[in-house]
Amino acid sequence: MKEIINLPVKNVEEEEYHINMGPQHPSTHGVLRLVVSLKGEIVKSLKPHCGYIHRGIEKMCEKDTYPQIIHLTDRMDYLSAHINNHAVCMLVEKALEVEVPERVKYIRTIVDELNRIASHQLWWCSFGMDMGGLTCFFYGLRDREKILDIFEESFGSRLLHSYYTPGGLMMDIHPNFQKNVKAFIKYFRKKIKDYDELLTGNIIMQLRTRGIGVLSKEDAISYGITGPSARASGFACDVRKHDPYGVYDKVDFKEILGTTGDTLERYMMRMHEMHESMKIIEQLIDNIPEGDYAAKMKAVIKLPAGEYFQRVEAARGELGVYVVSDGNKSPYRMKFRSPNFSNLSVLDHLSRGCKIADLIAIGASLDYVIPDIDR
Amino acid sequence: MNSFFEYFADIFRAVKSLLTGMKVTGRYFFSPWEIVTQQYPENRKTLKMYDRFKGEVIMPHNEHNEHHCTGCGICETACPNGTIEVLQAKIDMPDGKKKRIIDKHIYRLGMCTFCGLCIKSCPSDALAWGQEFEHAVFDRSKLTKTLNQPGSSIIKDIVE
Amino acid sequence: MNFSIYDFTSFTQWIDKVLYDNLPAFWAIAVEMTIIGVAILLFYALIGLFLVYAERKVCAFMQNRVGPNRVGPFGFFQTIADLFKLLMKELVYIKNADKLLFNIAPFIVIIASFMAIAAIPFAKGLHAIDFDIGILYVIAVSSLGVVGILLAGWSSNNKYSLIGAMRSGAQIVSYELSVGLSLVTIIILAGTMQFSAIVEGQANGWFIFKGHIPAFIAFIVFLIASTAETNRGPFDLAEAESELTAGFHTEYSGIKFAFFFLAEYMNMFIVASIAATVFLGGWMPFHVGGWEGFNHIMDFIPPFVWYIGKTFFIIWIMMWFKWTFPRLRIDQLLTLEWKYLLPINLVNILIMAFIVLMGWHF
Repeated sequence: MKEIINLPVKNVEEEEYHINMGPQHPSTHGVLRLVVSLKGEIVKSLKPHCGYIHRGIEKMCEKDTYPQIIHLTDRMDYLSAHINNHAVCMLVEKALEVEVPERVKYIRTIVDELNRIASHQLWWCSFGMDMGGLTCFFYGLRDREKILDIFEESFGSRLLHSYYTPGGLMMDIHPNFQKNVKAFIKYFRKKIKDYDELLTGNIIMQLRTRGIGVLSKEDAISYGITGPSARASGFACDVRKHDPYGVYDKVDFKEILGTTGDTLERYMMRMHEMHESMKIIEQLIDNIPEGDYAAKMKAVIKLPAGEYFQRVEAARGELGVYVVSDGNKSPYRMKFRSPNFSNLSVLDHLSRGCKIADLIAIGASLDYVIPDIDR
Repeated sequence: MNSFFEYFADIFRAVKSLLTGMKVTGRYFFSPWEIVTQQYPENRKTLKMYDRFKGEVIMPHNEHNEHHCTGCGICETACPNGTIEVLQAKIDMPDGKKKRIIDKHIYRLGMCTFCGLCIKSCPSDALAWGQEFEHAVFDRSKLTKTLNQPGSSIIKDIVE
Repeated sequence: MNFSIYDFTSFTQWIDKVLYDNLPAFWAIAVEMTIIGVAILLFYALIGLFLVYAERKVCAFMQNRVGPNRVGPFGFFQTIADLFKLLMKELVYIKNADKLLFNIAPFIVIIASFMAIAAIPFAKGLHAIDFDIGILYVIAVSSLGVVGILLAGWSSNNKYSLIGAMRSGAQIVSYELSVGLSLVTIIILAGTMQFSAIVEGQANGWFIFKGHIPAFIAFIVFLIASTAETNRGPFDLAEAESELTAGFHTEYSGIKFAFFFLAEYMNMFIVASIAATVFLGGWMPFHVGGWEGFNHIMDFIPPFVWYIGKTFFIIWIMMWFKWTFPRLRIDQLLTLEWKYLLPINLVNILIMAFIVLMGWHF
């Protein structure tokens, strides 16, 4: 009897188990693998394992000429392909001190914002789906289709456009572009009400996101979070506002800052951003100046030896491009500071002590795109 | 007492928000004209892609089976993926000189990333986007295409 | 011998009589049971296939899509094609799984839903067995399904399955309570637990109208709780596609998966038919007091159609729930039950008892 009592009893309270979320999992949005330590349903810690879709884009850039690099940047954060292109184009233009025509700047800004709306629409789709409301997915995609149609008509492709070139654009916008964009804004202002009614105001959604995954401003800064996720914590980090490029200094838009930094606030940031983007487009779409759609560039672009950095506000945060040039037509070293990589790093911090369902909601609110994390 | 009313106010607000959501899906359920699905293989006849649609790279030929390509190979260097390969041939000109012309313009659709640099860089506008998008084949080798048609030649006024 | 689609009593009694006249008692019962078994099996399969199709169409229309439209007219044979696909698929066996429990689990789930269907009256005189404790029986057998789900989750040797099964256990045990209590509200009003008597009691008005507000509240509570009990969205935590890939049936394939799938839809059908029977008058036509012409037209519609119509209306509402709402979290799910549905239900029973006592109902 005594032996039985003295048997070493394993403390069940401290026992944790691991599950592998991903690389194949419906809500890791691609091939991200999260090794989650659980106690019951409570997440104790979490380790993201990246690299399942590493293609070596930075290394590939070292053999490509600058115009060729553009099409690789499409494939990092494929949901904000235009904005990625913009970063590289501006870096080359800055290094060569080329002044691009006003028309190009206007068109680039409009197209960037359209791309941002399209990206946020897809985020809304997947957010709804991760929360379990599958209908959201179809409403979001239905409206995104309208933007993709505009893109397809003007630039020939729907997702990976390679529309910007160093010094300008690949081709001029389609004659129908302005008309279609205005029609879209009118359409989407009506449809975005569906989004609010279906998901934003829904009590289940509110309960599941309010106060979950709270990120303080200090943590947001120290983890390097950017974009809507950081602005939800009150960290003013909008590159469009603080380091304006394109014609963002000429348009009137608000940098919306959140206060609580929880999942609901991150959700609301993106919803607000869609409205702000529509405001920006409305201000610009009728005022596109006439002119060339590209500046005169040399046939072979060679950057002077030195280091260059350019950042833009991609749909998920700040995208930085860093180039070391040795004066050749290809960069000596290229580095992308992708927003998603930093945003992913905070997932462990946010999800500790949450339930599995909260982990999914937090992940959805951070809106990561895996090819951008792995590059 | 206050918390008692708060309890029922909570329920009321929750039910209201749920009904708002149900109104949206209910409305779409009863409005079948809002359906956006395209019946793809059936609408093949009427399906027209936009003029700028990037389906594949083609080399337009005129009615005399002539094209604009001089075989200079700029597209080959512009291409980031090695998709294009220009094979040149030498022909004897009437004046006894030898001249390089294009033999085969090989385009590997399977490797193409549709960046459009070849078309943009072409000095004689010999390449263009085709609107064909049904590229599925049973054999990968079929994706390697020769863009200049057999027996085609360059348009005369460019040669001179 | 006159058969009528308005009253099946004479028809069933005639079968009974013919069998007993020509066969010894034991064989007569055996043949009767076989007939009923085959009939229910056929009905079960047909309803299951149709519900899968209906769900796809309903969700498609809610999502601005067309839904299945390739196999047969309007994709009507899509589910039959799916059935063949599932029949032909390989049954994957998992290493280190508990073989016996793993194989039994789908059968337990499907048998539980099978047993419940026996007590439901489809039309006047058309039910397999008319217990005088019909409601109690249905509640009892329909909650057996959770045993199958727990076994499936446990025996799969998969953590996702296990989490799903445990969630399902907590969920169904809690929501059983609300389902039962909301039915008790109506039992007080009806004064019986026998399904046929409950339906007959609604000849002069459905219970949802007869019982004033308490009956309506009971109906809403029943609707919510039964949606939760059948593991359907927004309470589909046991499957929770975006969290647990497929929850308790992650490891199942082929026809075993089809069993779980079918059982889910049949459970939905069963709770919908209970709701239709208890609250909406079962196969009783809709009557408005005083409108004689209108009532005659309503009487003209066969009871079976009334029953199916009401059931499908409730199923449609449940589908509407599923395709609108996001999923709840497990603790919110339990909060909803223990803090909201249960107290409301208990107070509701008191009010109903008081109303019946004072004779204020119609």
